[in-house]
Amino acid sequence: MSSTEIDRQWTTRLRHRLTRRLPPEKVLPDTQPAYVASWIYVFGVTTLSALGVVILSGFILALKGPQWWHVSGVGHFVNSLHLWSVEIFFFAMVIHLWSKYFMAAWRGGRSLTWVTGVVTFLVSIATAFTGYVSQTNFDSQWISTQAKDGINSTGVGSFFNVLNFGQMLMWHIVLLPLVAVLLTALHVVMVRAKGVVPPFEDKPSEEKLLREKEEAR
Amino acid sequence: MSESPDVKVAPWTGPQRPYDILKEGTIALVVVAILTIGLAIVFSSPDDPQVTVQQWSTKAPIDFAQTALSELNGTSGTAQYGAPYNTASPGQKLGPFTLAKWLGATIPVNTVRDFVIDPLTDQPPTPTLSAALAQWKGAGAGQRTAWLDAYTKASSKMTFANGTVSVPTTAAGPVPVMINSLEQMARSGALDQALVTQSGFYTSNYTLPLLFLADGSYLGDLAQQRHLLGSQWGMMNETGSYPGQAWLWLYTFWYQIPPFSTSTNADVEVSAVMALLSVLLLLVPFIPGLRSIPRWTRVYRLIWRDHYRSQSA
Amino acid sequence: MAETLLAALVSLDGTGHYFHWHWIDISYANLTVIILMVVVFVVALFLPFPGRRNKKETR
Ligand code: HEM
Repeated sequence: MSSTEIDRQWTTRLRHRLTRRLPPEKVLPDTQPAYVASWIYVFGVTTLSALGVVILSGFILALKGPQWWHVSGVGHFVNSLHLWSVEIFFFAMVIHLWSKYFMAAWRGGRSLTWVTGVVTFLVSIATAFTGYVSQTNFDSQWISTQAKDGINSTGVGSFFNVLNFGQMLMWHIVLLPLVAVLLTALHVVMVRAKGVVPPFEDKPSEEKLLREKEEAR
Repeated sequence: MSESPDVKVAPWTGPQRPYDILKEGTIALVVVAILTIGLAIVFSSPDDPQVTVQQWSTKAPIDFAQTALSELNGTSGTAQYGAPYNTASPGQKLGPFTLAKWLGATIPVNTVRDFVIDPLTDQPPTPTLSAALAQWKGAGAGQRTAWLDAYTKASSKMTFANGTVSVPTTAAGPVPVMINSLEQMARSGALDQALVTQSGFYTSNYTLPLLFLADGSYLGDLAQQRHLLGSQWGMMNETGSYPGQAWLWLYTFWYQIPPFSTSTNADVEVSAVMALLSVLLLLVPFIPGLRSIPRWTRVYRLIWRDHYRSQSA
Repeated sequence: MAETLLAALVSLDGTGHYFHWHWIDISYANLTVIILMVVVFVVALFLPFPGRRNKKETR
C-alpha cells in the first residue's frame, strides 16, 4: 500500500482539509487581534447563549408535552423562560446583524458567514412562528387562522398547513430547531476558520497592494 | 475578484491580545440565563385560554347560527376560499400568477358536508333531526337552494330564545331544524369533538374547527379587543401587555400602506416584497452601493477607534 | 403553592396600551423593546471596552 493511495482516500483528504482550515489554535484560540476591543463584539456570543437557553427550556417543555404549561405552575414558569429567552435571542441577534453590517464583516472572503447568518435569522423567524401557533391557546388559534391567508396565498399552504397542530408542533420542535442549530454551528465554525474581520484599511498604500499581488502569485 | 475595499481586506498581521474564548462563552451563558430567569419571575408569560365552539355558540348564539348558515349556503370565507381548501375562487394573484391555484386544493374542505351534514349525521338520532336530514339528502340541488334562499332572506330577523334559533319563514324545508340542531350540538360541546374526530380516533389536526371559528365574528371580536387584527399591526402583538414578535414589524408594516392596504391580493404581494427584501439582505456582500454604506457612514471608526488611534500615533 | 410562588411580580396580563400616530400603531411593550435595542446598540458603540488599558503592554 503506497502512501499516495492513503493520501487519496476520502477520509484522509477530509482530515487534511479540516486540520488545515481549522487547526486547534483557531478552534480554541487564546489570543485575538488587537483591534477586537469593543462591546459591539458581545452580541454574537449573547445570541448563541440565548439560543442555548431557548433550547434548554424547550427541552423541559417537551418532557411533559404541549398542554402541560396550561395546567402547572412550574410548567407556566418554564414557558416564561422559553418566551423571554426567545425575546433575548432576537434582541441580541438583530443588534449582532446591525453590528456586522456596520463593520462590513463580509470582507476578506467572509461573505458566506454573512449569508449563513441571514439564513439563520430567517429560519429563526419561522421557528418562532411555528412555536406561536403551537401554544394551544387563544393566541395560537388567532395567529394560525390569520397566518393561513398569507401562507396559502403563496401556494405554500398546500403542503404547510398552519391549522394542523401536529404538523406545526413537529416543525417547531424537530425540523426547524435542527436546521437552526446546524446553521448556527456552521456560522460559528466559519468565523473561527476565517478569524474576526480586520478594520477598513485607512489608506491602502501602494506598497501594500504591490505586496498582496506578489503574494497572490 | 473585486479590488473594492468593501470586498477585500488583507489578513491581519498586527499585534494580538490575550483572549479566553471559553471564559467569555461561560460568562455570556450565565448572564443570559440570569436575565431570562429574572424576566420570567418578574413578568411571567401570557396564556389566554382557548376559545371553543361551545363557548362561541353559548356567548354569541346568533353569530354561530349565521355562520352555520353561511357554511350551508356557500357564502362563508372558507366556502369561497379557493386553494388549498376548494376551487370556489382562483385565490390571490401575483401579477398573472395564481400560485395557490397552481398548487391545488390539497386540503379539501366541503363546508356543507364537513361543518353541517356530517356532524349532524353523527349525532344520536332524534325523529325530527332524522327526518330533516333525510329530507335534505333526498332533495335535488335546486330544491336545496330554494330552501336556503328562503331561510337566508328571513335570517336578518333571526332570534335566539329558550335555547332555540328561530327564523320567520315556512319555506325553508329542513334548514331550520338543521341549523337549530347544530346550535344545540355546538352548545353541548359535541360539535367541538365531531369536528376534530372526523378523521378518526387519534388526531392532531384542527383545520376544520379553526376554519369554522374563523368564519364567524366571535373570534375576530376577541382579537380586536386584544389589538391583534392585521389592520392594528396585530402580527407583532401579543395578548395582554407583553412584547410580541417585534421582528415582524416590516412584514406587518406593508399591510398598512397603499397599494397593499387596499389590494385584494395584499397577502401574496406582501409575501413577495418580503421575499425580495430577504434576498437583498442575503446578498448585501455582493451588491455595490448597499455594501458600501458601512464605509460611507463611518460607524466603524467608533467600533475600531482604539485601532485607528494607535495607528495614527 | 407553586402557582403562587411562580406568579408574575409585575402582571402584564391587563389590556395593552398602544402608541397610535397616523397609520403607525404599536404596543408600548414592542416600542420599549425596539427603543431598548437601539439604546443598547449605541451604548455598545460608545462604552469604553475594559481591555484597552492593557493594549500597550501586550503589544
Ligand atoms: C442564531 C443566530 C446567530 C448566532 C448564534 C451568531 C453567532 C455569531 C458568533 C458567536 C460570532 C463571532 C463573534 C462575533 O463577532 O460576534 C458571529 C460572527 C458573525 N456573524 Fe453571527 N450569529 C447569528 C446570526 C447572524 C446574523 C443574522 C448575521 C447577519 C446577517 C450574522 C453575521 C455574522 C458575521 C458576518 C460574522 C463575522 C464577524 C467577523 O468576522 O467579525 N450572524 N456570529
